[in-house]
Amino acid sequence: MRDLFYDLVRRNGMAVAIYLMLAVSLWVFVLIILPQLTMLDYSFRLNLPPGKIGGPEDIYTIDQYRYFFQGSGSSGGLNTLDISILFKTLLSAVFVTVFDLIICYPVAFILAKSSTGAKARLLVLALIVPYWINEILRAFAFRILFGSTGVINEVGMGLGLFESPVDFIREDVALYAGLAYAYILLMIFPLYNAIESLDRNQIEAAQDMGASWWQVHSKVVIPYAKPGIASGMTMVFMLTSGALAAPQILGGPSNLWFTQLVYQWFNSGGNWPRGSAYAMILLVVCIALVLLTMRIFKVSIGEIKR
Amino acid sequence: MTKEISLEHVWVEFGEFTAVQKANLNIAGGEFFSFLGPSGCGKTTLLRCISGFQEPTRGVVKIGGKDMKGVGPNKRPTALIFQNLALFPLRTVADNISFPLEVRGVDKKTRRKRADELLELIALPGQGDKKVSELSGGQKQRVAIARALAVEPDILLLDEPLSALDLKLRQHMRTELRSIQKQVGLTFIYITHDQGEALTMSDRIAVMNKGKIEQIGDGKSIYDHPTTSFVASFVGENNVLDATVLTNDGKMMEIDAGLGTPFKVESHPAGGPALIPGDACQLFIRPEALKITKDENSINQFDSQFVSEEFEGNMRHIVLDAQGKKIKLSLINDGANAIGPNAPVKLGFAPELGIALKPGELASA
Ligand SMILES: Nc1ncnc2c1ncn2[C@@H]1O[C@H](COP(=O)(O)OP(=O)(O)OP(=O)(O)O)[C@@H](O)[C@H]1O
Ligand SMILES: [Mg+2]
Repeated sequence: MRDLFYDLVRRNGMAVAIYLMLAVSLWVFVLIILPQLTMLDYSFRLNLPPGKIGGPEDIYTIDQYRYFFQGSGSSGGLNTLDISILFKTLLSAVFVTVFDLIICYPVAFILAKSSTGAKARLLVLALIVPYWINEILRAFAFRILFGSTGVINEVGMGLGLFESPVDFIREDVALYAGLAYAYILLMIFPLYNAIESLDRNQIEAAQDMGASWWQVHSKVVIPYAKPGIASGMTMVFMLTSGALAAPQILGGPSNLWFTQLVYQWFNSGGNWPRGSAYAMILLVVCIALVLLTMRIFKVSIGEIKR
Repeated sequence: MTKEISLEHVWVEFGEFTAVQKANLNIAGGEFFSFLGPSGCGKTTLLRCISGFQEPTRGVVKIGGKDMKGVGPNKRPTALIFQNLALFPLRTVADNISFPLEVRGVDKKTRRKRADELLELIALPGQGDKKVSELSGGQKQRVAIARALAVEPDILLLDEPLSALDLKLRQHMRTELRSIQKQVGLTFIYITHDQGEALTMSDRIAVMNKGKIEQIGDGKSIYDHPTTSFVASFVGENNVLDATVLTNDGKMMEIDAGLGTPFKVESHPAGGPALIPGDACQLFIRPEALKITKDENSINQFDSQFVSEEFEGNMRHIVLDAQGKKIKLSLINDGANAIGPNAPVKLGFAPELGIALKPGELASA
């Protein structure tokens, strides 16, 4: 920390260094640490009317967490509804992440290795432009696209693929598509960066030594791009499991995303401590899952920074 | 088994730009063949045609008599060593060397055994578990060679593999490469822009300029009997004098270089169109072919004045001026005293050491 500061002073002068340090500290503290700490504090409290806050009943408790596991019943039964929603959310997020990876890897590879500078920049721009549109608008666009009178149903029926309109919303197809699309750039760019720095000669050397197309990727490109893959997957997974807009707009009526539960507790439920506890549970479970996966695939956090 | 390679009228064009034109040559099995030429002359492109990364626009590449059109690099009996080696940084030395076996589905134990054998060959025994980044430049070089040899290719293609090494190591690796080639008996096709490398290692050399092969021959014939002005000026040092042909009887010719009495030099009909009286020509005389002479009557002599001297220990490189033309002279240091400033010097050379060629493009220094 001190070395960093002196380094900044040497390079940019005292004023800039102090500004940078203050800005970064403020950013980290006010925007990241403070809200999370507040949430953590909330999650261990009871939901009390304003008058009783600070009173004798305002004590620390794990009630809110217990509710997630056991529900309101004091009989010790499991809160299967909420737990299954969490699992379904995680599973769906994993699915969306893997789906994005499968789509993005070829795109990133072609961008990084087969196109020349100017062409690649144009392609990247073409990828970014749709993201200038608001996330909620994009979700609604998907809703229209997948709706019973949407383009996809019209075309599908026109071609005779199916007889009556398919309810893509109820089947969650629209949701998966929307989520996969929402964070796809966060997968492409880390992959692109990682593959881009791979020396082209390594690919040719592998080919020259008899590697097939598949072996070139599995033995040379993917191991090299592993940190990029990990960082892309982490981001997509975290954001997907924490997404709210897309599930609200595109989710089927019978399926809830875990964030929707959190939202309900904060909003209509009016139970902020419980909402906080649910949010904390989601955060911890997601981080644990990411760390575990990284462990299994032998990627260290240090590598991801690259 | 060693296989012959032949290029028949190979052209490579990138859009408007012609990178290789009409390459025609045969490389015998077991030969150490070099392509020598300045940067950008198309050496790598030609090598990529042989290894299969580049399809010629026109012409045929044959290996062992078989047309290679449509045969991918992973299906050819060639192994390419890249200009930057292209070792896999995430793999250990042994895993690098056995990569070609791995992709062929050879089991782990056999792979390791083969890697150890090859490490023995390249004089790095027991270093298989090191990371590539822990090796020195010369060691990486040798690992790249071992990796290329792992599946016993018929032809090893080397693209300036020594250019990244420092001078000492480069000289050491030259000897080493040559001895590995002798040991394994493979065809080596070697690319370089360093004439010292080409001359010391090769059985034969093809000198290239701007996509064209100018001359093919062994080191001695390239150096002693260049057939084009480019080769004469690119390989080794040379003095160039513009001259006019006076007579040519097929064996000897007389030429006037504007330095007093006309010179007599051997004609080299092998090198393209013969020069006829009245033709303009370029006369090439190597700095070491010139001698200081005292004899007034010896042939091929002319007057010059001392300008400067560069002392290199075993050799003395002297610059002289002959009627406004700069002449370089190399003498073995035999302990003689330095020539005084502006002293007149009479120079001469033997008829067989003067090369008269049709005027052509010279290599830029
Ligand atoms: N894929 C390509 N597209 C367009 N031009 C190319 C391509 N590959 C090579 N060239 C051009 O062909 C010419 C020959 O290139 P090449 O790489 O064969 O040179 P080289 O003799 O190997 O040079 P060096 O000694 O610098 O490696 C160069 O002018 C280069 O710009
Ligand atoms: Mg090259």
